[in-house]
Amino acid sequence: MKEECKVIFRTSGDVLTAAITGEVDHHGARRIRAKIDEEVMTERPRGLVLDLSRVSFMDSSGIGLILGRFSKASEMGMSFAVSNPSDGTKKILDLAGMDRIVRIVCGKYRDERGEKAV
Amino acid sequence: MKKKNCINSMRVSLPSFSVNESAARAIVSAFVAQLNPTFDELSDIKCAVSEAVTNSTVHGYRNVIGQITIGVRLFDDRSVRIEVKDKGRGIEDVEVAMQPLFTTDPDGERSGMGFTLIENFMDTLAVKSKPGRGTRVVMKKKLSALPVTR
Ligand SMILES: Nc1ncnc2c1ncn2[C@@H]1O[C@H](COP(=O)(O)OP(=O)(O)OP(=O)(O)O)[C@@H](O)[C@H]1O
Ligand SMILES: [Mg+2]
Repeated sequence: MKEECKVIFRTSGDVLTAAITGEVDHHGARRIRAKIDEEVMTERPRGLVLDLSRVSFMDSSGIGLILGRFSKASEMGMSFAVSNPSDGTKKILDLAGMDRIVRIVCGKYRDERGEKAV
Repeated sequence: MKKKNCINSMRVSLPSFSVNESAARAIVSAFVAQLNPTFDELSDIKCAVSEAVTNSTVHGYRNVIGQITIGVRLFDDRSVRIEVKDKGRGIEDVEVAMQPLFTTDPDGERSGMGFTLIENFMDTLAVKSKPGRGTRVVMKKKLSALPVTR
């Protein structure tokens, strides 16, 4: 069954976590892109984490979504990471060389100042 | 060498609504499932189909809705041939377009990795295109042998 792409926000300390669920293709990425950007603009967190643990499918549109949020976060001086990709999602991230561009964390995320965030 | 025979085939045509990207993945994977691919093989095929169909949607039919035709053939040597065709704007220089990171995306949300992912997930990828006429993507993958059952 098709799982609509959705995003759920959690804030902990100064870090905003956007937990993405469902299928992150072009259709799905378009649905959640603006929502994440809006949340960042209103919350103004010190760090942004995209939690990918509940992503059931991802293609290059997901790579575009991640890189787009990464460059916006960098412009705003925020730290950025993606967390807990499934094996399938990790394969796409690796093939796209994302491990060399953005921080990929597994388990609980701690931002640069060591504050427990998620 | 033994000639391989086509044992089953299907063809479907979908309008280029973005919601049909997941429909295309589901249709192709349901059809290919009769060859009993592994979970990883099916994931690879789903992603490859998604890339080709998305390209037709966002590049081929930029700002318009057109038909995308998807053809799948299954062969007795456990190989799969998938064709994705559009009658959209076409590609000026296919060789350049296939290079990693090349994109003509105007809004900066595409990474130019679609063709590269297809090349990694499938055994072969062939792209034929004429500017103003459309694009045809043919990709093939041979599935691993079925485990021997007693
Ligand atoms: N069906 C098509 N019709 C017209 N142009 C296409 C088509 N498919 C690909 N292209 C061209 O080839 C380029 C590269 O495609 P590719 O899928 O590798 O990257 P992308 O679609 O730009 O980005 P990504 O797939 O990473 O989101 C596209 O930017 C586009 O210019
Ligand atoms: Mg693409």
